[in-house]
Amino acid sequence: MKIDVGYVAELARLELTDEEKAVFQPQLENIVKYVEKINSVNVDGVEPMMHGRPLVNAFREDEVRPSLDTQVALENAPKRVGDEFLLPKIVEGAES
Amino acid sequence: MSKELYELGIKEAQEGLAKGEFSSVELTQAIIDRYHAKNGEIGAYLTFDEESALAQAKAADESRTTNHESLVSGIPIAIKDLINVKGQPCTCASKILKGYISPYDATVIRNLKSNGFIPAGRVNMDEFAMGSSTENSGLGVTRNPYDLGRVPGGSSGGSAAAVGGNLCIAALGTDTGGSIRQPASFCNCVGVKPSYGRVSRFGVTAFASSLDQVGPMTKSVEDAAILLRALAGHDEMDGTTPPDPVPDYVKALEGASMKGVKIGLPKEYLAVSGLDPEVKRITDEAIRTCEAAGAELVEVSLPHTEYAMAVYYIIAPAEASANLARFDGVRYGHRSEKATDVFTLYTKSRAEGFGPEVKRRIIMGTYVLSSGYYDAYYGKAQKVRTLIKRDFDEAFGKVDTLLTPCAPTPAFRFGANPDPLTMYLNDLYTIPSALAGVCASSVPAGFTNDTKLPVGVQFICGGFEEAKLLKVSKAFESLKV
Repeated sequence: MKIDVGYVAELARLELTDEEKAVFQPQLENIVKYVEKINSVNVDGVEPMMHGRPLVNAFREDEVRPSLDTQVALENAPKRVGDEFLLPKIVEGAES
Repeated sequence: MSKELYELGIKEAQEGLAKGEFSSVELTQAIIDRYHAKNGEIGAYLTFDEESALAQAKAADESRTTNHESLVSGIPIAIKDLINVKGQPCTCASKILKGYISPYDATVIRNLKSNGFIPAGRVNMDEFAMGSSTENSGLGVTRNPYDLGRVPGGSSGGSAAAVGGNLCIAALGTDTGGSIRQPASFCNCVGVKPSYGRVSRFGVTAFASSLDQVGPMTKSVEDAAILLRALAGHDEMDGTTPPDPVPDYVKALEGASMKGVKIGLPKEYLAVSGLDPEVKRITDEAIRTCEAAGAELVEVSLPHTEYAMAVYYIIAPAEASANLARFDGVRYGHRSEKATDVFTLYTKSRAEGFGPEVKRRIIMGTYVLSSGYYDAYYGKAQKVRTLIKRDFDEAFGKVDTLLTPCAPTPAFRFGANPDPLTMYLNDLYTIPSALAGVCASSVPAGFTNDTKLPVGVQFICGGFEEAKLLKVSKAFESLKV
């Protein structure tokens, strides 16, 4: 199985150096080759297991209660303006 | 009392506090002094907010009354650095979270505090809990207190080194595929991975959400029971925690005995190639000790064991890649100075912040979830996971518990596993039970003859059978003393 590490990294929004790509490529191919041993298991009619202990409709009351204060929630932001997170310009040609 | 205060476990500390032999401030100060004396060498802690710990200890001393609960309050507990404690760092041992300060307490921390424990100090780990040696920490090296040339195991290596090296009274760890049990084995402590859903994960940085559990790492089985009793229970903030009542795990230890306990020995586990001969010897001795004490040995089969590693290395990276998408350089965490637009804000912030193993797993996870591959990998792995779970269900129809090695080797030297796939094989014995969502412990069983390294054995019980697991673990522990 040949993985296009550069393409997958782009999907994952992760920039890799050429060196990293060269190291990861054989390692990941090795891991993928290893995990493909599950192909030899017959799973006809077997339900997938999503969780260690599946619960159905684990709801809580939908009541209004205090949440994190805006200022507290913003305290870890690397860049902010007033009560907002600051992002680079998203729409081409728009004023930033 | 001949023991130093820092050598005490929870039970002993509770007794000392209740009798007025020492105060919480004295106990906490003893841990802080020990931290100053030893952490430079062992590196168990990343940070330690002494002021906050001592302030909480002072408050515990002041509020001490004749009420039994408050009588024993004020015991410091070391916290793995991926569990949020309000006002403390929570780096997950990653550069991407350097400088982050938690705005809230995780539910397990609220539970600790309401039971009189003090979260004190942040202990090292593999970055985002990905690893088996703590060598993947982006922020520091942790050494095995039994041999400084060797790793403490991982990912809860800081927790294990702090407990094993007497740098704390007890610690919290997390286990996704063995991250509590393997380091407990390497550092001579007791570790318990609760059943999936037994302990809330709210406020615990997610690695693989269908597997992660918080659990105690302690100096005795009784201490683990005391801590688990405080941690466990339903949490409306974590929909995977059922409202099942929490048994009194400490009371459950009463009369612990091996007499009549049906111990299953999975034949697939002992046939593994690469099982260290000394680990095999210690495990065999543990089995014989249990038998001599009246346990009944039953050979059982877990036929899908050989696929567990493969299933895990699809499911865990897949879930991790989704969970770690939250690190985008916007709301918290590292933000690249080199970003020119939103796309490079993501790609460069993540490239600069994450270490190599985290990157590898994000790529692996993204690959197995990507269009056209989902059914072949993630979907298929979830079905094989069902078969693995059925193996355990069937075994627990015949026996009370399973006894197995905890890790295939004792603690290894730094740099001994340069290849990711061989490093992954460390979790061979702990991954199947994690996938099945059942509970398991690691209990100290002996030392290797030549290198004098600690080795633990693993007990596994069915889902939500922690009372039984702790009782069997306690019975074994009593036989070894």
